[in-house]
This record gives sequence, structure tokens and C-alpha cells, in this order.
Amino acid sequence: MKLGTSALRLIAMAGVASLALTACGGEDSGGGGDVSEVSIGVMGDFTGENSGIVLPIKNAVQLAIDNYNATSPETKIVLKEYDSQAKPEQATALAKKAIKEDKIVGLVGPAFSGESAQVGPVLEEAGIPSVSASATNAALAENGWKYWHRVIADDDVQGAGLGAFITTGLAAKKVFVVDDKSTYGQPLGATVKASSESGGASTQTDSIDIKASDYSSTVNKVKAFAPDAIFFAGYYAQGGKLLKQLREAGVTGKFLSADGSLDPGLAKGAGTKNADGALIGCPCLIDPEGTAGDASKTFAEAYKAKFNASTAIYSAEAYDAATVFINAIKAGKVTPEDINTWIATADFAGVSKQIKFQENGEIAADDVYIYKVTGETLPLLGNAKTVKDE
Amino acid sequence: MLDNFLNQFWPSTVDGLALGSIYALIALGYTMVYGVLRLINFAHSEIFMIGTFTSLAVVGAFGFSEIGGIALVGVVLLLALAGGLASGASAVALEYLAYRPLRKRGAGRLAALISAIGASLFLQQLFARVLIPWWFDVPQEKGALPVQGHFVVREDVFAIGDFVVRNDKLIIFLAAILMMVALDQFVTRTKLGRGIRATAQDPETSVLMGVNIDRIVTATFAIGGAMAGAAAALYFMRFEETNYFVGFLLGIKAFTAAVLGGIGNLRGALVGGLTLGLIEMYGSAFFGSEWKDVVAFSVLVLVLMFRPTGILGESLQQARV
Amino acid sequence: MSTLEKAKPAVKGKQQPLRKVTDLFGDASDRARDWWGVQTGVVRWSVYLALIVAALFLPHAGIGSFMSPHSDWQSILFYPIGGYILLAIGLNVVVGQAGLLDLGYVAFFAVGGYTMAVLGKIWGWNFWEIIAVGIVLAALSGILLGAPTLRLRGDYLAIVTLGFGEIIRISATNTDSIGGPNGIAGIPHPPNVTDWAVPANGLTEALDLDGLKPFTYGALDTRPYYYLLVGAIVLTIVLAKRLEHSRVGRAWAAIREDEDAAELMGVPTFKFKLASFAIGAAFGGLAGVLYGSQATSIIPEDFPFILSATILAAVVLGGSGNIPGVMLGAFLIAWIPERVRGVEEYRVMVFGAALVIMMALRPEGILPSRQRKAELAEGSGGMGAMGAEVGGPGGSDVEIEVKK
Repeated sequence: MKLGTSALRLIAMAGVASLALTACGGEDSGGGGDVSEVSIGVMGDFTGENSGIVLPIKNAVQLAIDNYNATSPETKIVLKEYDSQAKPEQATALAKKAIKEDKIVGLVGPAFSGESAQVGPVLEEAGIPSVSASATNAALAENGWKYWHRVIADDDVQGAGLGAFITTGLAAKKVFVVDDKSTYGQPLGATVKASSESGGASTQTDSIDIKASDYSSTVNKVKAFAPDAIFFAGYYAQGGKLLKQLREAGVTGKFLSADGSLDPGLAKGAGTKNADGALIGCPCLIDPEGTAGDASKTFAEAYKAKFNASTAIYSAEAYDAATVFINAIKAGKVTPEDINTWIATADFAGVSKQIKFQENGEIAADDVYIYKVTGETLPLLGNAKTVKDE
Repeated sequence: MLDNFLNQFWPSTVDGLALGSIYALIALGYTMVYGVLRLINFAHSEIFMIGTFTSLAVVGAFGFSEIGGIALVGVVLLLALAGGLASGASAVALEYLAYRPLRKRGAGRLAALISAIGASLFLQQLFARVLIPWWFDVPQEKGALPVQGHFVVREDVFAIGDFVVRNDKLIIFLAAILMMVALDQFVTRTKLGRGIRATAQDPETSVLMGVNIDRIVTATFAIGGAMAGAAAALYFMRFEETNYFVGFLLGIKAFTAAVLGGIGNLRGALVGGLTLGLIEMYGSAFFGSEWKDVVAFSVLVLVLMFRPTGILGESLQQARV
Repeated sequence: MSTLEKAKPAVKGKQQPLRKVTDLFGDASDRARDWWGVQTGVVRWSVYLALIVAALFLPHAGIGSFMSPHSDWQSILFYPIGGYILLAIGLNVVVGQAGLLDLGYVAFFAVGGYTMAVLGKIWGWNFWEIIAVGIVLAALSGILLGAPTLRLRGDYLAIVTLGFGEIIRISATNTDSIGGPNGIAGIPHPPNVTDWAVPANGLTEALDLDGLKPFTYGALDTRPYYYLLVGAIVLTIVLAKRLEHSRVGRAWAAIREDEDAAELMGVPTFKFKLASFAIGAAFGGLAGVLYGSQATSIIPEDFPFILSATILAAVVLGGSGNIPGVMLGAFLIAWIPERVRGVEEYRVMVFGAALVIMMALRPEGILPSRQRKAELAEGSGGMGAMGAEVGGPGGSDVEIEVKK
């Protein structure tokens, strides 16, 4: 509490300063209580190595806010972009700038879990609500943060869903779990291993090095174990290489992976011949054809029209995250505190799922979708709870 | 643990030798430059990277696909030639731009080391940010992603029980041995080779004896670079993909291999490379792949404690007291 | 020294314009140091004091808007800028003073960070207690690394230290009890010393200090941490300076110049090398504890090999062996990539090229230790020269000899 008030004073101070600045710029802000305009931030890796999966997030947020502003509402939203390049210390510095100088009232992001872990305390102390569309690390929800939310199921939910799918949907008896020792892959792999074991399968594990190319020691282990299913917890750049080396060594088990590998790059890396039939799970809904419902169809078409590209990973979730803030502002909430209170009660049908948060900021829905690699595309196979492969 | 190690022993041995052969060829570049200049050429890993992209370009240009059997040997030869030329030329250019000015000013080795680190960063980023996006026509932010060129058909050459030898691994091993023998002969028998050895032993005396040091340094970089280019061709055949930081980890490992075998010693590079490859694979089988590098570096420390100048010692130069 | 002055004019005749500029800069810094050399204690101490006071006003938003228009200046001032400076001062003890090439310095930074995280988060210790433990543990790990390896020479030592850094990082990644790859989050802030706030009035507002609570540690305001770090840096500088001019420092210089000769003259080289490792490591550990408590979460990937290389680059770029130079180098290396965020995707490329060019222009560093510079002019730096350093026929060295 003590910290909170001091932080608020700081914000107020910075706010006055920034108002003075905008006044100098000739913009009529009309004093401190004016709410004709508020700023929402979006943070993630827009130019770094992982920007491929973050740019659709930025686009979708842009789309949601542009659509909203086009309705000439009472309170317009200004979108501020913060390119953290997925580096935690850059992200925290940018977050402080966003709070002190840009006076954002809410943040979509940060995109990844690593940066979220360090930005979280900063936003918490400043009392700025955040909604991430893609940070899925399970431990994030255990920090007791009041201002932090995400519209995507975490890795524990995803891992449990995939483990259940492997043992029931695929009826696999021997499962080999490979992780990449990253902040994302290691806990996900551990959850899949645990839930496969509770589904009655025997398991073995090994890890690969993200920077290396030679995975033959892992391949030898997999080959010796001769599993029905191989689960890879990691990103597609390594997933493709691993899958290629496995198939070339004559390993035939079903290959599965999760959202980090949900990209055509997996098939490119492995070669389509090797990748065909691989199954990728994701708590996200990617539906460029709009087959999942009307909201999804409208969104897919609007996105295509604006960016001349199909919706991609996390774009639907990012659109929903932006909508959370838009709806709060529509409801007349313009301070961070009011918005955060509103978010706790939010309950509306988003593009990807029903948007309703739990106490700790997690989304209530726990759906995991399965995608099947076909050539270099990844068509939706169905919900992991019900779907069977072939 | 022991079970794993035993039932993966033969596959691990084959993979360890294949990996170690590539380490050994890259280690040559480190060891030769070190022998002559006492410089850890950190940018050597980027010389290797340039070689892998050359292979990619050649595969693309000729449209190779589904190559197996004896034709693969021919294709690899072509890739190695192209890679050797490109990497050798880059290494010479690197020496000329980044190290020669320092040498002429009599700068310390530490300054040269920093220059090498700078050159390494520059070359990596040049590929990631400029060349790859331009070449493959991808948006700049995708420049960091791996690029592929699939062209090899893998087939088993022979198998004795678990000891299965695949065509690509066999080619890598034989090529590495052949190139090592050729280089060893070159350094011991030719005039240029004698010049290199003389400079490594005592630069001042060799100048007095009429050796043109600049020429020797250029030749050293050219040969080391060419070997890295050839290694890159073999690497590309084995993994069929590359990226801008492909050289980073391999470079560190190759330098470790050079030290393990005895830096400055050509045969040491071979012994060190193969030893390191085997240690990594056996270590992975025993403790799990995540401990691979810990095992490798621990063995390095152990070896150096008992043989402070590596397994074979330093012989391209005189042994230091 | 005298050879340097004699040799210089001869070299200058045939130099390119760019080099003239850097030499002009060198002359200016020489003059400044001549002036400094004859000053009395009073003048020196008032300069020190002025510098410390200036450091306290650095987080000013006005300075920030120029120094870092793209990100939060106060955060950057703490890390990377302040953090790199502290690390560089520590690494300078090993590389600059004792002349040992350490490529795994980041390991000690990691030991400090993890000490803070484990003791603070899991055992619930207090920051002020942990700082002492962190320093001791880092120093111990320095001894642990040094004891078996310091008998190795030059580049063998370099690769072993590099390996040690990797072993520490990979082991942390593989050890689930300290969080594995996810590291440790929720590291506590230091307890507040006092909640006293700077009163708001015209003066403090102009200095951008109004409302600041300099001893209240939280996530949002980095300045209290920055002041803590300034304190730590001042302490380490004092310590490093005292060491440099003590028997230990002279022993290090002897080892750096010629280890065999030092040993023969009765310097117990192994003991002193070990001491330099331990002291350098202790400074790194201190930086790690501070970093860990400010960042509130650390992961093994915060401590990659490239950070060791970066700090080493800072030391050499600034002028190995000379503390003001090393600090300047660390500042530049931390600050330039942040300042040129405008050119975003090219910044690391620019940084790499800048390293090569700087080394070609001033291989002895921007503000070199004068002793080292003199050695350089004689053709062999303390770390040992490159092989094949002899100029061939027509090489500049030969020409100097002839003209002399």
C-alpha cells in the first residue's frame, strides 16, 4: 500500500509533466480531468528474432483500436508500441517509460513469459493493468499480481491437455519427451511427461541445445526407446531440425509439439516429407477460414482486408486482449484502477473464446486445439478433448 | 545411465566421429592462426558461417535434389571447393581489414582479440540483418531464422549389428582425415609450409632469414579459412540448413578441441576434434544431452591439469617453457 | 617513457588524418594527466567529490532525454551502464592488473545473482546480509576456479575460464531446485532504510529530485538502486586503487610483465594470481547481488558468454589497467547500443564495426594506463604481443629504427 501511493504520486507527477509537454505541442488537452484520449500500450518483440510470432499480435491490436476509434467514441484510444525485442531488461525500461512518460492506462503484453516476469512487478507497483495474449508460462500466475491478466490458457493447461490427447486420442503407450531447456520448453515438457504418465504411458526424456545443430545424441536415445509418440517442447526452428534428424535415423513414432512450433517453419526445416502428419497443439485458435464461428469469420476477413495477410498465431487472442480494454473504456472507465476493477468482472464472448478471468488473472477457458501439419500448412484438426487423429 | 551408455555405444561412436571431424577441420583454422600470430581468431566461426551459406547458394544454383550414392561425393567436392574459396577469401580479407592494422601498430594480443570479437559480431549481424533478408527476400525480422536446402538422400553404407554407418557420416569422416593428411604434408614439405613453421617458431629470426611475414600470415589465414569452408560444406551436407549464428557454438567447440589437442599443433587439432566429439556423445548418452557441454569442458580442465599444453602439446611452434 | 617521446614524431609523419585526431586526443589526455599528477591532495579530493555529486544528479530527466530518448534513462543508468562499470572495474583487476585473460567473468556475476535469489527468495534473508555472503561466495568460486587452473598460461587459461562460465550457466539451467531455465522470480527488494522523501520545492524540482525517496527500494523507481550502485562503485574504486599501489599491485604488475622473471625474483606468483581472481570475482559477485535484487527475477540466460566478451571489450576499449579508462569503456559499451536504438536493427552491427575501428585506431584503449602505453610503444604489451609482430621490410617499426 505504502509503495502504491508513492508510485501513484510519481505517476501523477509524470502525468503533469507529459500534459505540459503535449500542451506545448499545441494539442488541446483541456486540463487534468480530460478523458478525450487515453493511451494503451502494446509490448513485444517487433524487430528481434521472434518477431514473426509477435507482429500478428501488434496488427490485431492495431485493428481493434482503429475499428474502435473509427466509431468516433467519446474517449479515443492512442496505441503506443514498445519493442522489447523479448529482452527482459529492455522490457522493464520501456515499461517504466510507458508508465512515467506515456501515461498508459493499460498494456497488451508483454508477449513473452521471460519479459513478463520482470515487467510484472513494475506494472503491479504502478497499478497498470496488463493483458497478455501469448505469455503462457504457468508460474506467472503464482506471483499474486492484481493487475496482470492473460487471455490464453497457460502451459500447464496446454501440457495437461496434450498429455491427455497423447494417451487417449492417440492411445500411445510409450512417449518420449524432448525439451529445449528454454523457459518455455522445460516446464511444458515436464507437464506433458507427468500427464502422459498419469495416462498410463511410460516415458523417457532428453534435452537439446537451442544453439546446436547436431541432435544425434537425442536421436540415438529416442531410437533406442522406440516410442509411439515423441513430444517436442520448444520452438519450430529446433523442432524442424529434430524432426528431420529423427526421421532420417528411421524413427517412426508420431511427432507432436505445442504452440512454440505452430509455424510453417517446422515443415520447412524438417522437409515436408518428414513433417507430414505431425500434430501441433495450441491453446490458441488460428482460424483464417473463419470456420470456428461468426466472430472468428468477421475478424479473419477484417484482418485480411487491413494487413493483406491471413490471421496468424495469437492474433485472435491479441484482438480479444485489446477488446478487454476497449470494452472497459466504452463502459466509461478511464483510469488504470477503474479499468482493472472492470476487467475482474469482464465476461463477454471474444473471438477466440469466452473472455472471463479467474481471481489470479488467468483466463477461465481451458481449450487446447490440435493442428495437423499438411505440406507447409497447419489446418485446424479440432479440440484436443474430442478429436482423434484418423 | 550405464544401460543407456552401453546400448547407445556404437551409434554414439559413429556420431561422435562425424561431429568430431567437423570440429577438427574448424579447429585447424584456430590452431594455425594461433601458431603464427598467437591470436584467438574469434571471427573464424563467421568464416565457417560464410562457407555454409556458399554451400546453400551452390545447392540452389545447380538445383541439386535427391542426391545419393557416388554422386553425393562429387557434389560435396564441388561444395567444398566453393566453400573453401569463399571462406579462404573472407579469412584473408578479415586479416587484412581487422588484424593487419593492429599488427602494424605493434598492438597487444588483447586488442586483437577485441577486434576479433567486433568482427565476429559485425559479420553475424551483416548476415542476419542485411544479406539474408536481401538474398531470400524475407522481411528483415526473419533474417535470424534458419534457411534450408534439402538435397541429400541418406542411405546406410554398411551395418555390423548396432554399428550402422550412413553415407553422409562416412563422407565427413573420410574427407576430414584426407584433408588433414594433405595439410600435414603441405606444411612439412613445401616451401610455404616451412615458412609458416618458421614464423610460428620465431618470427624475428625468420624475418632475418628472408621470410616475408605478411605473405606467411596471408597464407595462414587462406589455408585456415579454406579448411573451415570445406568443413562448412560437410556440415551443410549433414544438416542441410544454416543460420547466421551457426558458427558460434561450433567455433567455441572447435577452439576447445584445438586446445585439447594442443594448440598450434595440426595433428593435435585432429586428435582434439575427434576426442571432443566422442566425449560429447558418450557424455550425452551417460548423463543426458543437457550435460554434454559440462562434461566436455570438465574433461578439458582435467586434461589441461595433467598435460598443460594439451594432449599432443604445441609443435607448430616451439613448446613454451 | 623517453623512447615513446622520441619515437612519436617519426611515426606521425606518415599517418592518416583519422589517426591524427586520435593522437590529438591522446596528447590532450596526456596533458590532463600531467596536470593531475602534480596536484595536491585538496584539489584531488575536491575533484573526486565533484564527480560523485555529479553522478548523483545523472538520473535527471533532462539529461535522460538526450542520453536515452528511446527508453527509460534511469533504468539504463542502473543496468547496463552502472552494472557494466562495476563489472569492468572487477575484470580490470584480473585482466588489466594481473594480466590474466578471463573469458568467463560472467560466472561470478551469476554467482552473485543466484546468491541473492536463493537466499532472498527461498531462505528469506535480508539484502544487507546477502550482500556480504554473495561477495564471499563469488570470491570462493574465484578461488575454486583458480586453484586448479591458474598454473596454465595465457590462452589455455582463457579457454578454461570460458568453459567455467558455460559450466555455471548450464548447471543452473539443468538444476530444477533453483528454477532450471526459468530461474528465480520474486526476488525481494532490499528493506527500506528510511522512507524519507526529498521535499518538493523549486530547487529540487529543477534538479528533478522532488518526491524522490532515495532509500526506498521498489520496482518502479530505479534511482535508489542507482545510488546504491554508485556507492558500490566508489568503494570498489577506492579498494582497487589502494591495491594497485600496494605490494599486491606491484606483484601483479610484475606477473603481468614477465611471470617467469617475477617468480625468479621471489614473487609467489600463484598466490597473487589467485588473489586477483578472488578479488575480481568478489566485485563481480557484488554486481550480481545488486542486479538480482533490482531485476527481481533472474534466469540463466541473463549470464551468457557474450556478456563476458562484452565486459572484456569494455576493459580493453577503455584502456586496460587504468580505472577511469575502464569506466569510460564500460559506459560507452553499455550506452552506445541504447542510444542508437533509432537505427534499431543495425545497432549490434554498428557496435561490432566500432570495436574493430576503435582497436585499429587506438589499440592501447581510449585512456590507456600510461605504463602500458609506454610498453606498447616499445613493441610488447603486458599481455604479450601478437606473434609475427616484427615489421617486414618496409614495415613502420623498421623505419623508426632507421630514422632514429
